[in-house]
Amino acid sequence: MNIIETLRIGLRGIGANRLRSGLTVLGILIGVAAVIILVAVGNGTTQSVTANLESLGTNTLTVRHGTFGQPGAEARTQFTDLTVADAKALMDTDVAPDVKSASPVVTSQSTCSFEGTTHDTSITGTWPSYFEASNSKVSTGSYFGNEDVVSARRNIVIGQTVVDELFGVVDPVGKQIVCNGTPFTVVGVLESKGSSGFNDADDTAIAPLTTVQNHLTGYRSLDSVLVQSASSDAMDAAQSEVYSILDDRHSITDTTARDYQILNQATLLSAVEETTSLLTILLGAVAAISLLVGGIGITNIMLVTVTERTREIGIRKAIGASKGAILGQFLVEATVLSVIGGAAGVLFALIVTRFDVMGITPIVMPASVVAAFGVSVAIGLFFGSYPANRAASLRPIEALRHE
Amino acid sequence: MTPVISLQQITKVYGAGETEVQALRGIDLTVNRGDYLAIMGASGSGKSTLMNIIGALDNATSGHYELDGINIDSLDESGLSIVRNRKIGFIFQSFNLIPRTSALANVELPLLYRGVGRRERMTRATAALGAVGLADRTHHEPNELSGGQQQRVAVARALVAEPSLLLADEPTGNLDSKSTSDVLDLLDQMHEQGRTIVMITHEDSVAARADRIITLIDGLISSDRRTMR
Ligand SMILES: Nc1ncnc2c1ncn2[C@@H]1O[C@H](COP(=O)(O)OP(=O)(O)OP(=O)(O)O)[C@@H](O)[C@H]1O
Ligand SMILES: [Mg+2]
Repeated sequence: MNIIETLRIGLRGIGANRLRSGLTVLGILIGVAAVIILVAVGNGTTQSVTANLESLGTNTLTVRHGTFGQPGAEARTQFTDLTVADAKALMDTDVAPDVKSASPVVTSQSTCSFEGTTHDTSITGTWPSYFEASNSKVSTGSYFGNEDVVSARRNIVIGQTVVDELFGVVDPVGKQIVCNGTPFTVVGVLESKGSSGFNDADDTAIAPLTTVQNHLTGYRSLDSVLVQSASSDAMDAAQSEVYSILDDRHSITDTTARDYQILNQATLLSAVEETTSLLTILLGAVAAISLLVGGIGITNIMLVTVTERTREIGIRKAIGASKGAILGQFLVEATVLSVIGGAAGVLFALIVTRFDVMGITPIVMPASVVAAFGVSVAIGLFFGSYPANRAASLRPIEALRHE
Repeated sequence: MTPVISLQQITKVYGAGETEVQALRGIDLTVNRGDYLAIMGASGSGKSTLMNIIGALDNATSGHYELDGINIDSLDESGLSIVRNRKIGFIFQSFNLIPRTSALANVELPLLYRGVGRRERMTRATAALGAVGLADRTHHEPNELSGGQQQRVAVARALVAEPSLLLADEPTGNLDSKSTSDVLDLLDQMHEQGRTIVMITHEDSVAARADRIITLIDGLISSDRRTMR
């Protein structure tokens, strides 16, 4: 008996038991698809979160004013304002050689309007160095410069969402918008950073610090200072320089009770990456279990098959089927079922992962496809061979008497 | 001329201890080429046990068995499957066709396990189905055929590989009188073509078609006679 004949007998066996074969294929399909889809979703989450964080700039420290629930904060009686002088002090290259720039930041929630259309957005008042530090690029028009800050010009750079809301298809550069009663001239439009589903990085506007303070926020404490380090390797050095300068300027003796806080973008990024890759592993493990369950399903069905078809095996042996022929038939059945199930699972997963799942774009990992398919076929062979071997070893008379 | 079947002191014991059953107690039997032998005997006398040993489906507890000059006792599993495939055609009381598989595919099976090519299999299986009068039922599955038709498919399957020995364990036990005579006529035809047949039956009228009848009582041959034919 050659391979083609064995294959044909096996295929005929599958065709003769369509419902059972269909259910087996379904089990494997779900297992394989689950592995690929869940890993892709986990992977997509990781990449979107990291991309989001990276779009905020990777070499930056954010110095925030306030205590934000640090232990010991209640003990403080006096809060020193975070000031432009603080930001300037951080740029002293002798004391802080690892700081490339420090941009003071104030933000104002404002209602902006253009020719009767209004839109609420947050306006950031800052210095031009902010653009580079926060990885904000202008796609059309231009940035504002230092002279705009010095003369408090009412120039503004707006994000893509603000453009869409206020202008639609009209080119906004050179147009006037009015925010909380103050007219601004749009000088540039920011490149889109995309939204992460929760917050929209494009719903923003950036204007000179002095202008925003003059017209919108008044001269209160800065909200934060965005510090850009000289390189990604210099993050830790920059952080300790910032601590020592600000502790000195704010007369802080107890370092557990500062009136400001530093958020390190690099630390944040690695923490988030760690969390999301843990998520991927977790999802993958859940999926792997479902694949295993699919495999046990195959064994179970093959066992049932063999029991249910013991008589058939007896008949085949009585008319001269060798052990190899019977073994071949059942192995072909198991393998074909798991290959079909695996291939259908891959196909199904590839279709499903083309769509977004809860705002996450799944990213298929080729390794997960190969692994899921390979494992499903191996499971078919491995779990199929046990009942197949049992079937092939039966004495014909025992098999024939089976009822 | 070597006999087709040569049995010497065949015994078969089922089980052990209290449940031990002595199904065969020492059978000596020789069947020559072209013989048509009927085995009779009360229920439980050991007929099927003897038939299964002759058909190499089961092995004897002791004794010596030669089929067509081949020493069956010394064969291993794969040798036995070759003997079953080439030397023996089996017809069962309960038909034993493979379910959900067409008549043609059922009849092809012995040839398939022998390694005969697809085209030749088709031709021979179609011819065998024609010979049992089922040329128009080749693509029917067993559950779409009457009992008599199923048994004729089984006869075609037993014939198609042209075995030296045809074994039939109560082939008409489940059939009405019309189908019974159809199947017996087929066996007669094959006997006339010179094939060796061993058949178990309970009915004298069926046994009368054979040219030799042996009767078993409690695992022993009690009579062995030629019929008038
Ligand atoms: N697998 C088995 N295990 C134990 N005992 C068995 C087995 N098969 C048959 N026997 C016993 O062996 C004896 C002979 O059985 P066998 O089937 O050969 O009878 P038989 O002549 O074919 O009867 P029937 O005419 O009813 O078919 C019986 O007593 C039976 O109970
Ligand atoms: Mg019997």
